Amino acid sequence: MGRRTPLYDLHLSLGARMVDFGGWDMPVHYGSQIDEHHAVRRGAGIFDVSHMCVVDLKGERTRTLLERLLANNVGKLKFRGKALYSCMLNEAGGVIDDLIVYFQGDHAYRLVVNAGTRDKDLAWIRQNAKDFDVEVTERTDLAMLAVQGPAARAAVAKLLSMSDAATALSLESFSGLPIGRWFIGRTGYTGEDGFEIVLDASEAESVWKQLSALGVASCGLGARDTLRLEAGMNLYGNDMDETKHPLESALAWTVAMDPPERRFIGRSALEAAKAKGDSRKLVGLVLEDRGVLRPHQKVLVPGAGEGEVTSGTFSPTLQCSIAFARVPAGVGSQVQVEIRGKQLNARVVRPPFVRNGQSLIDRELETPKS
Amino acid sequence: MSKVPSDLKYTKTHEWVKKLPDGSVEIGITDHAQHALGDLVFVEVPETGRTVTAGEPVAVVESVKAASDVYSPIAGVITAGNPDLAAAPELINSDPYGAGWLMRLTPADAGSLTQLMDAAAYETLVQAEGD
Repeated sequence: MGRRTPLYDLHLSLGARMVDFGGWDMPVHYGSQIDEHHAVRRGAGIFDVSHMCVVDLKGERTRTLLERLLANNVGKLKFRGKALYSCMLNEAGGVIDDLIVYFQGDHAYRLVVNAGTRDKDLAWIRQNAKDFDVEVTERTDLAMLAVQGPAARAAVAKLLSMSDAATALSLESFSGLPIGRWFIGRTGYTGEDGFEIVLDASEAESVWKQLSALGVASCGLGARDTLRLEAGMNLYGNDMDETKHPLESALAWTVAMDPPERRFIGRSALEAAKAKGDSRKLVGLVLEDRGVLRPHQKVLVPGAGEGEVTSGTFSPTLQCSIAFARVPAGVGSQVQVEIRGKQLNARVVRPPFVRNGQSLIDRELETPKS
Repeated sequence: MSKVPSDLKYTKTHEWVKKLPDGSVEIGITDHAQHALGDLVFVEVPETGRTVTAGEPVAVVESVKAASDVYSPIAGVITAGNPDLAAAPELINSDPYGAGWLMRLTPADAGSLTQLMDAAAYETLVQAEGD
């Protein structure tokens, strides 16, 4: 039996199909994964993401610790509430985890890390925190709900007092603050607007039911995966891990090499990799033939060798199959993917595939209208 | 609770077999199987004229989640693959025993159907798997 979130019984009562995810018993869908996907692109959906781990850091030297621990620069966090996406690297530049850090002020920061990496992340953070006298608290008392979609923020606002609703609706994109009894972040993993709500575990079921009554669809991890892939967002363990560095994982944009004097863990390894030049990179694929791209399928790159699909699925929004693949850096605009002995044609694109409900994969072909 | 029509034959690997008046059979995947797979998005049916053995992988059904092989319940020659599934794989979800059929086959041995499970035996199997 796996670990259970505070919403486990509710999922069963809603008819969810449960699967193991990183040691947790989680809902994969409540009937139709595709319907749940569309609900988020067109209206609003709610996900139980309580398996993810909230870690609070406190201490005068927390910023200094995070400057060392994270490949992105927390110095970019200029105001209270602002959030930053970053990788946490090992000395070899491999990705221990990807996470979001929220600046909470008064030497306080909140991290949200992945479920499957929770234990090793905590060990690594605690080990490094010792040198900086930073207090590390794993918040097992909390649940986390992601409410996502064009109608998501308005639905959440209806559950709040007038003044809290106004504060929540004025949150800037990619920031999060304590509002009333909850912590609300305008963040997510779907490519749509929305909130992630961190709240007391005892309150989670009631909030879920209130949102359902407002027409917000219950959504499982299946839809979460197709939504994030369409949105061009990496999944830890599929698209990067401790044996891959961010530069070969389409995450160079999350690595702050400036200022040069910030010696974050993994920096030397990334400098060496940069000096050597890119050998592999992570790209987006759109399958042109019929079939479905899946992780570990072989990618044939004309004139440059072979690569591998890291995440692949059928895209409900685009009605074709899409993927991320790690391929030789010399890749052109076309590749073949080997599926059950056949070589199928795929087009190389720059993710995201979908953002705010709109297809982006043909954007390079669009001509300006006169 | 998934549907198990009483007039069909079944396999351990969740295919169903229907006897047609001309002596050939129609084959598909069960309601239990489509439910376990989730929304189907891609189906590959065998080519007409192909000779297959019992237990041989002959078709592929892919849901959003994963790809699964479909095995031929009996030996024979394929006489048709369902042409509607290319554009509408979701027919397997909505009507697994009807419009969602996968293929038709002429059995090599007309008696081979007797080796398959009847509805009661299949129902027991499904319950054991925790439907």
